[in-house]
Amino acid sequence: MSLNKTLVDMNYLLKEAPREQHFITGAQAMAEAVKRASCDMAIAYPITPQSEVMHLVGDIYAQGHIKEYYRAEEELGTMSAIAGAARGGVRMFTATSGPGLLRGLEAIVSWPGHRIPCVLGVLTRVVNAPLSIQPDNIEMAYLMHSGIVMLHAENQQDTFDMTLAAFAITEKVDVYIPVSVSTEGFFVTHAKGYVDMMSDELAFTECDPYKAPVPAMDNEVPPARIQRDAPVQKSNFMSYLIHSVWQQEIWDCNKRAMKYIYEYLDGPIEVTNPNAKVMLVASGCAAAQAREANRYAEEEGLDVGFVKVRAIRPFPTDELNAALAGAECVIVPEHNIIGWLSKEVKAAIPNGGIVVEGPRVYGGMTLPVELIMTEIYDALGMDSLVLQA
Amino acid sequence: MSLNYMIPASKFKRYLPKDYVELVDYGPFGKEYSEVGTKNMGKYKELVEEHPMCSGCWMAYYIKIIFAALPNPEDTVTIGTAGCGRLAISQAAVPFIYGNYGDQNAMASGITRAFRLRFPDKQKDVITIAGDGGMMDIGFSMTMHAWFRGEKFTTIMLDNEVYGNTGGQESGMSVRGAVLKMSPKGKNFGKMPAMQLAITAGCVYVVKMSPTNINKAAKAIRRAIFAARELGPTFIHAYTSCNIEYSIPTPDVFRDAKEKEKGRFAFEEFMTDEAKELFTVVEAKKKKKVS
Ligand SMILES: Cc1ncc(C[n+]2csc(CCOP(=O)(O)OP(=O)(O)O)c2C)c(N)n1
Ligand code: SF4
Repeated sequence: MSLNKTLVDMNYLLKEAPREQHFITGAQAMAEAVKRASCDMAIAYPITPQSEVMHLVGDIYAQGHIKEYYRAEEELGTMSAIAGAARGGVRMFTATSGPGLLRGLEAIVSWPGHRIPCVLGVLTRVVNAPLSIQPDNIEMAYLMHSGIVMLHAENQQDTFDMTLAAFAITEKVDVYIPVSVSTEGFFVTHAKGYVDMMSDELAFTECDPYKAPVPAMDNEVPPARIQRDAPVQKSNFMSYLIHSVWQQEIWDCNKRAMKYIYEYLDGPIEVTNPNAKVMLVASGCAAAQAREANRYAEEEGLDVGFVKVRAIRPFPTDELNAALAGAECVIVPEHNIIGWLSKEVKAAIPNGGIVVEGPRVYGGMTLPVELIMTEIYDALGMDSLVLQA
Repeated sequence: MSLNYMIPASKFKRYLPKDYVELVDYGPFGKEYSEVGTKNMGKYKELVEEHPMCSGCWMAYYIKIIFAALPNPEDTVTIGTAGCGRLAISQAAVPFIYGNYGDQNAMASGITRAFRLRFPDKQKDVITIAGDGGMMDIGFSMTMHAWFRGEKFTTIMLDNEVYGNTGGQESGMSVRGAVLKMSPKGKNFGKMPAMQLAITAGCVYVVKMSPTNINKAAKAIRRAIFAARELGPTFIHAYTSCNIEYSIPTPDVFRDAKEKEKGRFAFEEFMTDEAKELFTVVEAKKKKKVS
């Protein structure tokens, strides 16, 4: 590093280094994390609401915190170049939103299989028509089956901590697949919140490509990636086998990320009042609203609990089962039309029928706490209209 | 370092396959081009071993020339893509990266920059090798923008004027009127002007050729690599017929390549003044060494 930083391990950085409170946007929080990550190179392509993040990352490149940065031709070019550079043995970052994520998706879904360690910011935005730049996290659904590790930040503080942790998790020898950090566009990226940050004179230990389980393609060590792919491309049993064992390993890598999510981020879920009759389960910004609804319910003396889901992949199936064991009803508020989280929760617990699929808002709408309260009253057999009046 | 991993420990050597030992002993790794190069093709086990391309495929032949011509095989990374070529490129004793169809020049932009960060004092050559569809159709934007950005690597287009690997569809490089799959009434626009596009986009060295002369083909490849190291992007547009899709009987493949050389693949070489100067220096040095 040209700026004479003190390099420290991620545990020290996240848990021990003294922190000071700042009042910053989510975009700033993500860029501030990148600044402390000893990131070698970032590749940018603009899209609202992500652009702010990569502008700021550009600034920290200009200040010398990152060694290389450029604006690519479009997102497929961006994500492909990330795959090239990571194979060259450097630590990589990029970020995108909605349509940009989908444009880059062919490359992104091949990152895990190519064993590309990198961090991807996903600042959520509407996809599909009518086109809009507003927050809606439906694009995360497309990432869920890619093998990539997925964290979902509730606020600016999460965005900072998760982005930093992601840089460590992606390079773990028993993980070594990309890690995405999603948060809602505008609601988090363009709004300010309090973020406790360590000094920017501290930075995460530099990338060592020779510690990798799948070393860099740099001609310094024998290549170990899928390089002789010709047999894979044939239609014979060997090719089926090679693909299947490789993919099994990717999903095992994904599962193995869980222990680092415990190590750096206190686990994949946060639980309040676990034995309640009605449980709220939410991630990202919806978790902030569910948290608020939970507070209202507490004030009203209702038997309600709350689970915030931090990790979407690996999905915290065991943890949710434990937290929801006593629930009679599970309400899953979301910022998308398809309800990807409620479907996951439903599939994860043995009594999926208790899951209420909603409330949901999309297209950029905010999620009023009252919407969640209505579901709570319904679940408790209370007349919500009378109560609210 | 890379040479070290190629070369087996002396005690282990006798247990290795003969082919491998020959490749190390007589092949081009760590040797002067004048000692090995194209003139030795066939004497040692070639860099490209058996490949599953069609018998008589001219593309497979040209790929062998590419590998024999490499100035620095022990520190070279090749990047290919979907298409026939990678079936042979992936069989070479040189690290090969295969991503998604058409992404080769974006991938190369990333890895070239990474190498320059990590090895500022060491030459690592990056070469993309892809078909006409991969380079000029699906990968067009990534090809062009890597050139516009001045990325320092070599791009080689294996132009067989068709999508060979997927069974003979029209490509942007097929000629006007060609009746192919997906152009059942004949292609209704001409070949894309790849060479002019490369020059316009800032390539410092560009060659269009039908590689009928091994040494001439190797010289162009080497020039492209030398210029990419120092000056900027370079591009080779080579005719590598698809004898299957164009129904060229194997014994006639060479004759066809000769014919094309008289027509739309007549040898053309473009270089900037800086590239010209560079070649004078590099090629003079090599001559000295030989003498
Ligand atoms: C995204 C995507 N689209 C389409 C394909 C299918 N595909 C594979 S190879 C190929 C054509 C190859 O033609 P060309 O690039 O000219 O190379 P050739 O096989 O002729 O050498 C196509 C269309 C693919 N693999 N990926
Ligand atoms: S289909 Fe054509 S280009 Fe492909 S291997 Fe066969 S002859 Fe060569």
